[in-house]
Amino acid sequence: MSARRITALLRKEMLQIFRDPSSIAIAIVLPIFLILLFGYGLSLDPKDIPVALVVENPTPVSAGVGAAFGLSRYFRITTVTSMKKAEDLMREGRVDGIVRLGQNFDRRLLIGTAPIQVIVQGVDANRARIIEGYARGAIGQWMGQRNSAGADSSVGPVVVQSRIWFNADSDSRYFLVPGLVVLIMTITGALLTAMVMAREWERGTLEALFVTPVRAGEILIGKTVPYFLLGMAGLLLTASTGRFLFHVPLRGSLLVLTAVSALYLCVALGFGLLISSITRSQFVAGQIALIAAFLPAVFLSGFIFDLASVPKAVRLVSYLLPARYYVSLLQTLFLAGDIWSIIIPDCAVMLVMLLVLFGLTLRKTKKRL
Amino acid sequence: MEEKVSDKGALVGPYVIESRELTKEFVQVNKERIKALDSVSISVSRGTVTGLIGPDGAGKTTLIRLTAGLFRPEAGSIRVLGIDAASEPQAVQSRVGYMPQKFGLYEDLSVQENLDLYADLHGLSREARAERYPALMQMTGLSRFTGRLAGRLSGGMKQKLGLACTLVSTPELLLLDEPTVGVDPLSRRELWEIVYHLAREQNLTVLLSTSYLDEAERCGMTILLFKGRVLESGVPSKISSIAAGRVFRVETPASLKPRQLQFRLVSGSAVVDASLEGERVRLTTSTDPARDDPLFQGLTPTPIAPRFEDGFMTLVRRASDHTVDTRFLSGGVANGAKHVSSDEVVVEVRNLYKRFGEFTAVKDASFEVRRGEIFGLLGPNGAGKSTTFRMLCGLLPPSEGTLGVAGVDLRRARASARQRIGYVAQKFSLYGQLSVSENLEFFARAYGLRGARQRERVDWAIEQFDLQAITGQTSGELPGGYKQRLAMACALMHEPEILFLDEPTSGVDPLARREFWQRISALADHGVTVIVTTHFMEEAEYCDRMVIMVDGEILAAGTPAGIRQRARVVEPKEPTIEDAFIAIVEDFRQSAA
Repeated sequence: MSARRITALLRKEMLQIFRDPSSIAIAIVLPIFLILLFGYGLSLDPKDIPVALVVENPTPVSAGVGAAFGLSRYFRITTVTSMKKAEDLMREGRVDGIVRLGQNFDRRLLIGTAPIQVIVQGVDANRARIIEGYARGAIGQWMGQRNSAGADSSVGPVVVQSRIWFNADSDSRYFLVPGLVVLIMTITGALLTAMVMAREWERGTLEALFVTPVRAGEILIGKTVPYFLLGMAGLLLTASTGRFLFHVPLRGSLLVLTAVSALYLCVALGFGLLISSITRSQFVAGQIALIAAFLPAVFLSGFIFDLASVPKAVRLVSYLLPARYYVSLLQTLFLAGDIWSIIIPDCAVMLVMLLVLFGLTLRKTKKRL
Repeated sequence: MEEKVSDKGALVGPYVIESRELTKEFVQVNKERIKALDSVSISVSRGTVTGLIGPDGAGKTTLIRLTAGLFRPEAGSIRVLGIDAASEPQAVQSRVGYMPQKFGLYEDLSVQENLDLYADLHGLSREARAERYPALMQMTGLSRFTGRLAGRLSGGMKQKLGLACTLVSTPELLLLDEPTVGVDPLSRRELWEIVYHLAREQNLTVLLSTSYLDEAERCGMTILLFKGRVLESGVPSKISSIAAGRVFRVETPASLKPRQLQFRLVSGSAVVDASLEGERVRLTTSTDPARDDPLFQGLTPTPIAPRFEDGFMTLVRRASDHTVDTRFLSGGVANGAKHVSSDEVVVEVRNLYKRFGEFTAVKDASFEVRRGEIFGLLGPNGAGKSTTFRMLCGLLPPSEGTLGVAGVDLRRARASARQRIGYVAQKFSLYGQLSVSENLEFFARAYGLRGARQRERVDWAIEQFDLQAITGQTSGELPGGYKQRLAMACALMHEPEILFLDEPTSGVDPLARREFWQRISALADHGVTVIVTTHFMEEAEYCDRMVIMVDGEILAAGTPAGIRQRARVVEPKEPTIEDAFIAIVEDFRQSAA
């Protein structure tokens, strides 16, 4: 190893990064775009859900239920007088749910068997479940008010007091921002690195480089360090935007966050280098990185879909993905704190992956065509 | 682990490169193994310039890469500077300079940054640089461009920069893989001067590959490779002497065009090669012909001294079953065949300009092409040939000027002009996954041919381009020469009046190139107008008329004989188009400066 040769390669790579608009676009512009898209444009929290309230014979009590829904920021109420009209609205797609107070609601309330029917549009099952939850919440709130007003203490002897931990507001940004960090690190680490390495093969620059005193290991270092720095810059950008623009808390320590991110970035870099030792075409390298690293990091890492509720086979596959451990670490660090019983095993798995990937890459990378 | 400055005295034996029974195999897509090199034994002595000569696929690049330790051979040995290149590649790589075929430098780095990178990788000290850089800059003429990005240099300058980077460390052996491909004649001449200067002044050993046969004569030693085997090796005159007594110059009778005579002669059974040399034809035969040979009927052959090319073609013909298909193309070649009239103008270009932003790619171009002519657009890469060409084909709108093709104003009626032209792009642009016959059928349908007419044209193409043996093969896997034929067959499917060929012979080996020009010649005789771009100057001899373009401007126009008169050569050397080209460019640069 020669420090001078490594420095020369690093300088070359840096110059290329700054002169090539596509690297900057992927490493800096894409994260900013994703942050703004996820932060402002894309939210998994339903708000202002159009709901039809069926009140067949209006009374003060039914008006109270209506007010409980109407005042909630989650609902927008259309009051109708028959189930038929509500069903029509639902079929036309103008409401996503129906809340029906049965006939004689007042009277049956007094004997404690007053039913409220909630029908939810279930095309998107997740959203349906969230709407259902909000509806229960609104009804619970109405009942709580009635109780505290002392209207009738004989109703509802048991009151469910639900609390949501770690994300009390159920703000989806709280888990989207950590997820975004994973995406950006995966893009810089695996996708960008695989592509710039393949580019050297494609343009024939590696062939000329090979016939110099430079060693294979030096070429690898020259490729990893710049993209490692670029990835860490992406982390800084995303984490600080999340913290200061979207007020996502960081309950763990910054030091641990930086350390586990560096570890994951190295795993992603190792994966990118391995891809580029398999294929020498930029296009193919890009495709492999997208399919084998980026898409799994979105769908199988627990970022969007909860891994506890996927089929067992899929869950087993997810254990092979470094992104899974990183998502778990990030969610812990951002929303819970430095929970060592999670951090240590997750990091241990990623460390093993890192050693395997770099071992394979070193074995594969020879100064031969 | 810094490398020590190598000790030149450590070399064992007189040879810088020594290979014994060297064999390299590659596995193809269909799992078949092919031998790129088949027990090749060569030796290269110190201080020589050795040329690896051979057509495409002969194994030139493979041999150079093995020498650089970039491949591991299947069998045999190769020692470079006394080191086993297969087992100790790094030791070899630290001591040789290597320039791969593809420009191997960083295009987004400046000239200076590229040089610095290589100087750092070779561990060159600051003092050594201060001494080395000015010498390299002076040698390559790059001093004015040190701040320019390598990607913005012309083809010739890129090659010179590549050379400078490999020379930064004063290597003991220089390996150059096709250094002059795609480089204009002027830069080619300069590159050769640099190489010779180095060999003479610094006793540097150079191994280079080339498919330009005229360059072989400039080498001190030559190694002829063909299909992975060494056909012959020795000084160029040894190769030339193989054809001694069998090379003739034939004067063209008044009744024929030179290329028609060439075409007639090349069909003779004992003929190895016939090529145009100005107004005359140079003929090489495989046996000593009798004076009354029917081949020479009505002609006066003068025996002349053989050249490297003649010996090379004789050897290659002996080694291969390759015979030039000399049947005239006939029957329904083109609508134009019915009314051949050489005065009718079919392409007219007046004051044509093409600008891309600030950059003017084509400046004030004017020329006309007559029916049945072979018209050449000559010039180095980046001269504006392809841009002019694309405008002629209606693929690119001109910025200014008039453009008439086949009597149609291209600015108004592009579609109807396209019906009357055929276009063969520079890159193989047929469907690689389709078989030969599927491609032919597809193009026939694309041109609106149906039923019996379609079958007729497909059969014609298969027959005329001699594709019977390969109709079922996948197009993408064909050798270059066959791809070329198939592409032409597809472009002629709708019997166009004008055929446009963009760099049709780049990447095609010398043998296939000869054959290609015979086909073009036959097409022109049947009234098809052929417009062709090329950077092979010797191919310009086949054109009836041509223009020479440099930096977007037409510098000269006329017949090959007219152009040749502008060459400045010392008697008794016959002036060539290349000499004329160099003179024209030099005049232009001088008047510009």
